[in-house]
Amino acid sequence: MSFSTMLSTMSAGMLRTCGIFFLTLIGSLPLGMVVCLLRRSKSGIVRTIIKIYISVMRGTPLMLQLLVWYFGPYYLFRIPIGGWRFPAIIFGFVVNYAAYFAEIYRSGIDSMPAGQYEAAEVLGYTKGRTFFKIILPQVIKRILPAVTNEVITLVKDTSLAFTLAYSEVFSLAKQISASQTSFLPFVIAGVFYYVANYAVAFGMERFEKALDYYK
Amino acid sequence: MILEMQNIQKSFGGLRVLRDISVSVDAGEAVSIIGPSGSGKSTLLRCATFLETVDSGSIRYEGEAAVTTDEFGNAHYAAPEALRAMKRYYGLVFQQFNLFPHYSVLKNITDAPLTVQKRDKAEVRETAMELLRKMGLEDKAKYYPYQLSGGQQQRVAIARALAMKPEILFFDEPTSALDPELTGEVLKVIKQLAMEKMTMVIVTHEMPFARAVSDRVIFMDGGVIVEQGDPEAVFGAPTQERTKQFLMNYDRA
Repeated sequence: MSFSTMLSTMSAGMLRTCGIFFLTLIGSLPLGMVVCLLRRSKSGIVRTIIKIYISVMRGTPLMLQLLVWYFGPYYLFRIPIGGWRFPAIIFGFVVNYAAYFAEIYRSGIDSMPAGQYEAAEVLGYTKGRTFFKIILPQVIKRILPAVTNEVITLVKDTSLAFTLAYSEVFSLAKQISASQTSFLPFVIAGVFYYVANYAVAFGMERFEKALDYYK
Repeated sequence: MILEMQNIQKSFGGLRVLRDISVSVDAGEAVSIIGPSGSGKSTLLRCATFLETVDSGSIRYEGEAAVTTDEFGNAHYAAPEALRAMKRYYGLVFQQFNLFPHYSVLKNITDAPLTVQKRDKAEVRETAMELLRKMGLEDKAKYYPYQLSGGQQQRVAIARALAMKPEILFFDEPTSALDPELTGEVLKVIKQLAMEKMTMVIVTHEMPFARAVSDRVIFMDGGVIVEQGDPEAVFGAPTQERTKQFLMNYDRA
């Protein structure tokens, strides 16, 4: 296999990696907010369910969770598995990352001084308006470094899709390396991941800078 | 009467913070509330502004009932929409300013009049700029709160409260978080408002200021009003032993 073939095959794999990455973010960033708000629900039952969910998501390996989501429907309900691979991967990543994001959001919301809520209340803002206009923008600024951490981890965690034999860049690297008895695919994969994370860090830094206009 | 609070009771856990307090404030009156820490002064303001709920008693703004108490001594609040509508009667200036850090000075002042009261944009902007001029901050409209001194931030907070055109303005220890140097500029603004006959209730530890600015002084201790009256009477010739003691301790400090 020539270098250029290797590179183009792995580039296609990197595109699939990016697919997992973006779909996970699109799903888990908002879902995390929903989970976070439910975590603060008035109902004790809802709070308990959410706590258990977060605890399981954080307390078991994502790799194992992916296997459960993929094979579970078949073993438990005899639902045919065909075509479920990619959806299972995205579902597994989204519900796992939503749990982490929910906890980051919660830490940000809890760190807001009561005075901000009180000032808004006295001025007559509704609860919804207070949250979206006064609280949330400040929370986003506060949690940005923690979110950056999580997003960088996600870039690397996409390689866990290897467990379900999805041909993203890590699976391909392993496969091509074995078949061609070459070390090069690992180097290429490493460069791909590093460049992706460099871009993430760069973008997030720009975002943080953009919010630097207030303290 | 702009504000009538009658027989207010409030406990936190087992601690009775307000024991049967009644306060009324007339239009144009400046009332100062003084007293030691833990006497219930701030809690009284927080009850008046619905940041805390009373256990029993009644609160009326312009005769409109916000809280009433039935014959069994249980407080009943008006419906949430009615309470929110009643916020147009009052404003509150906090000890910690509580400006919105992500909004410019101008937006801090104009946002609630625009989005809550849905007033005209040009009118609100004009009102805000006029208030900033009055506060001596007309050049700070585009600044963010972190770029201002504590005294300037508190003056913005006063402007923010006034922009809502309240009937009565509450101050909860407005200078307690400020250096002595910055305290003066905030007190000056409040004095100015008193001269314009703005109705105000001021919880403060600044005794000479309370004496100079108020039409009436209320001395609170242990959740009750110990003494109230003309500032010259309360400060000059207090009738209650507890008041004398408190003021003497203040003079010594």
